[in-house]
Amino acid sequence: MKKAPGTLRRVLRLLRPYRAYVAGSILLAAVFVAASLYVPVLVGNAIDCIVVPGQVDFAAVAACGVTIAVVAAAAAVCQWAMQALNNRVCFGVTRDVREQAFAHVQQLPLAYLDQHPSGELVSRMIADVDQFADGLLMGFTQLFTGVLSIFGTLGFMLWLDWKIALVVVVLTPVSLFAAKFIAGRTYSMFRLQSQTRGEQTAFLGEMVAGQKVVRVFSREQETLREFDGINDRLERASLRATFFSSLVNPTTRFLTSVVYACVGLTGALAAVQGAISVGALSCFLSYANQYAKPFNEISGVVTELQNALACAGRVFELIDAPVQTPDAPGVLQEPSGEVALQNVSFRYTPDRPLIEDLNLSVRPGQRIAIVGPTGCGKTTLINLLMRFYDVDGGSISVSGMDVRDVTRASLRRSYGMVLQDTWLKTGTVRENICMGKPGATDGEMIAAAKASHAHSFIAKLPQGYDTVISADGSLSQGQRQLLCITRVMLCLPPMLILDEATSSIDTRTELRIQQAFDRMMQGRTSFIVAHRLSTIREADVILVMRDGHIVEQGTHDALLQKNGFYAKLYNSQFAH
Amino acid sequence: MKKLLIYLKEYRLQSVLGPLFKLLEALLELLVPLIMAAIIDTGVARGDTGYIIRWSLVLVGLGAAGFACSVTAQYFAAKAATGVTARLRHALFEHIQSLDYAALDSLGTATLLTRMTSDMNQVQTGVNLALRLLLRSPFVVFGAMVMAFTVDTRAALVFAVAIPLLFAVVFAILLTCTPLYKKVQGGLDGVLGAARENLEGVRVIRAFTMEPREEREFSEKNAALEHMQRFVGRISALLNPVTYVIINLAIVAILRTGAVQVASGTLTQGEVIALYNYMSQILVELVKMANLILTITKSLACAKRIWQVLDVKSAMPDGAGLAAVPGAAAVEFQNVSFRYPGASGDALRHVSFALPGGKTLGVIGGTGSGKSTLASLVARCYDATGGTVKVFGADVRDCGMDALRNAIGFVPQKAQLFAGSIRENLLWGDPEASDEAIGEAIDAAQAREVVEGKPGGLSYELEAGGRNLSGGQRQRLTIARALVRRPKILILDDSASALDFATDAALRKALRQLPYHPAAIVISQRISSVQFADQILVLDDGAPAGLGTHDELLKSCPVYREIFASQNRKEHEA
Repeated sequence: MKKAPGTLRRVLRLLRPYRAYVAGSILLAAVFVAASLYVPVLVGNAIDCIVVPGQVDFAAVAACGVTIAVVAAAAAVCQWAMQALNNRVCFGVTRDVREQAFAHVQQLPLAYLDQHPSGELVSRMIADVDQFADGLLMGFTQLFTGVLSIFGTLGFMLWLDWKIALVVVVLTPVSLFAAKFIAGRTYSMFRLQSQTRGEQTAFLGEMVAGQKVVRVFSREQETLREFDGINDRLERASLRATFFSSLVNPTTRFLTSVVYACVGLTGALAAVQGAISVGALSCFLSYANQYAKPFNEISGVVTELQNALACAGRVFELIDAPVQTPDAPGVLQEPSGEVALQNVSFRYTPDRPLIEDLNLSVRPGQRIAIVGPTGCGKTTLINLLMRFYDVDGGSISVSGMDVRDVTRASLRRSYGMVLQDTWLKTGTVRENICMGKPGATDGEMIAAAKASHAHSFIAKLPQGYDTVISADGSLSQGQRQLLCITRVMLCLPPMLILDEATSSIDTRTELRIQQAFDRMMQGRTSFIVAHRLSTIREADVILVMRDGHIVEQGTHDALLQKNGFYAKLYNSQFAH
Repeated sequence: MKKLLIYLKEYRLQSVLGPLFKLLEALLELLVPLIMAAIIDTGVARGDTGYIIRWSLVLVGLGAAGFACSVTAQYFAAKAATGVTARLRHALFEHIQSLDYAALDSLGTATLLTRMTSDMNQVQTGVNLALRLLLRSPFVVFGAMVMAFTVDTRAALVFAVAIPLLFAVVFAILLTCTPLYKKVQGGLDGVLGAARENLEGVRVIRAFTMEPREEREFSEKNAALEHMQRFVGRISALLNPVTYVIINLAIVAILRTGAVQVASGTLTQGEVIALYNYMSQILVELVKMANLILTITKSLACAKRIWQVLDVKSAMPDGAGLAAVPGAAAVEFQNVSFRYPGASGDALRHVSFALPGGKTLGVIGGTGSGKSTLASLVARCYDATGGTVKVFGADVRDCGMDALRNAIGFVPQKAQLFAGSIRENLLWGDPEASDEAIGEAIDAAQAREVVEGKPGGLSYELEAGGRNLSGGQRQRLTIARALVRRPKILILDDSASALDFATDAALRKALRQLPYHPAAIVISQRISSVQFADQILVLDDGAPAGLGTHDELLKSCPVYREIFASQNRKEHEA
């Protein structure tokens, strides 16, 4: 966990590209503050021209009036321009942070992403950054003017009468101290609130997405109860954070009223002695009133900034998560399809060995079927082949090059992958199919769709290839799967990974797709995680996996003859 | 707004006392300029030092009293705001859990999550600020005007002109900004959606090395959002400068009128200062009020969006209990048709069958043939648009949702588990299940090795969505979850697709031997999974293409024959 000061430094670093705007904003703030502080002086002057009947200088009052109007207008223009600059800085910074966070997520190892609920990561990238933006904007708009107002007011007061000004100076630290004290107390409360919110968001993400399952098991009550548990904690955390942070305003207001009374007292006494005019006293009084504002604002800003920093801290935690090992400069060019695994070992958690000492050598164009009981490491093998995870020991090489010596992009582009999970992007059918080959022509795209037997159902969609697919979507699992297959059909890389690629497709369609697959697999090295015997039987090599090891390896017939684990699996299929 | 008040009712005391104490504080503040005028006109003019000191002490006393009022008010406001929001969150979540599937489909997960999280936070902020300031600020503004009238009627006319003008400006700017804020919120939703989608599809994105394109697209959405934010920001930033100018013009007017009034002896110098102070007070309060209105507008927009969800009525009225008719079929479809809301064609057309208790119905058909739709109609996830679905002789529309679903063990196509231990997940099937019943379900679902292969066995903690399991492991646990309740009707919606053939075969065998003999609907694309069912329903593009046993269908149903041929070729040739 980062401490708040470190976070602050990083926020300041984010501001660096906006230096010019920040400087402009400070300059405008200075003009605005000077102008707005000059107005009470002018009013005081006017009041001194209005004493008692017979002692009223109408011409001077009129002149003061014109000056007041001009100075106020100048202050207003500066204030607006300053706000516009601040907007630019704050929204720019939040855009930068979001972009940085998003770009960083693209670089994070899958190990990290698999371990963190996506709801939590999204909450950091979006909600936290949003809160951060709010805090930053408020900070900017009010911090400069606030600080400048405090010093400006003191300056003007010293110029008018140093003794009365001294009263204010002595009382200043009390306000500052009070604001700082409260802000320090609320930081941890905001953090707790933010954490509990994150927890609730994660819970909701799961339950809302899985709502249909909740329903069929009539779990609404239990889910609601669990929700209420988090909700109650959030309410308590929120109450504490809200209440304690809202103490800042009354406190500073009270201190201001003390200052006001003291200025009134000393000012009135000075006026009795003739040291200052009544107009100057009025000016002092309005300063004493305005003097409240910057402290209110700064303390408000400090609270808000604490909150913003807590949010920024969470975003930085994400940005600081170590990225995957950088790519080696090598590029895998037109790989032959030769793949070799040497003494590969891998485990997700250090204390639970999964794949141990795995060896495999695949010649170009071979079809490898991976079979074995569920959980034996088939999906893990794919994770390693695609380099979603790096091996802990041994090496994997493609066309003689260690996969760690080439860029991930060139490695992954050499594989066409169809997974069980039929993820499609929100966008048109066309965009989804052309994912691997953005420049594909309509002809190529339709040919691929025909090859995967997706064309006929796509043609029936309301807008054909331009139909927009939404995340929740109206497409069936099978139709989604067909699009995933078409996606690979279009770019046809030299190696294929099919993880139960046809599991949601009916066999009539599958039969046709299978023919297309067969054509596609011609001359391409293919790894097929399959549960269907038909797919397995046509493989050149069957890898029989069990508990992370390849226990048997060979053709269907050879393995049956061997009468080992594979034969047992095979026979159980027909043991109806 | 009105509905929000209903929730505030529970916090009636806090909602009344909070603003009341704020009002008291404001009242005390309004007295200050009058006291100061007295100090100047009496104390300074007469040189009465004692008078000045006495009234200065009164000023400090007023400040202290104001402080006490304010702290009390802040507590009540915070209490009511956090409490109301917590209740509202509870209500919305409960409501989401009561929405029918059609509504869930059309609202979408992302929308519901935003309503539950950031919209709620905004409402909380809004309620809190409203309780604190909604009464106080107008009170100070109008109170200042009333006070001005007590001082001098002619000078007070300046207030009567300035205040409406200020209000007009404030509202003009706010009304311009409100729709723009909506657009900003929309932009934020877009960015959120993009981030979520990216994380969910991370494997595919990386496989296709789409990271740069994803970044570019995100960047575009992000930039569009920034652009909108800046645009709105520039307009709303007009508020303070414009009101500032108006106030100062009003002060100039007060000085001029004041000069005339003082010259004629109807006003004193101290009173001119008091008027000036009231005008300044108005500015401070007006700015607060403007910001308050901005926040409240935002909050109301969020509240409105929350209410749009709360107003979505479930189109499926709940019946009561399950009035089983003795001897009736466990599941019966009578000429059932179904069309998804907004779809152009029926997903299921004129389907009829009767499944007696203890028997198995196989449902086979191609992708998109309506198999899953059929399953969801049995569990009354949707209501049939034509015909009748009966469970144990009772129309499902007359059944209590709980009673109906408790009779059914449903294994959905998408194997979805939840964060928590394996045991907690399995108890979804039946919260009172004994360890013995759980063990039995695990064995039947072929999930024994999944459970025993995990450290801690049943206590093994699953991550959200069961992500730390493979697809096949998840599927077996979802089957076990359905079996734990020993359902009278078991629905397996293509639930063995991720299982290897050996496990699948063992599963089928175990299901046939369940001691409580549920009626089973087994949906699959594999002939081998339905082959031994008592009857098989063949669906082709939503319409029934055949109903009978394996042997009958092979003779009579061309579609079934074709499916059989396509699979048989592969299973027995090569």
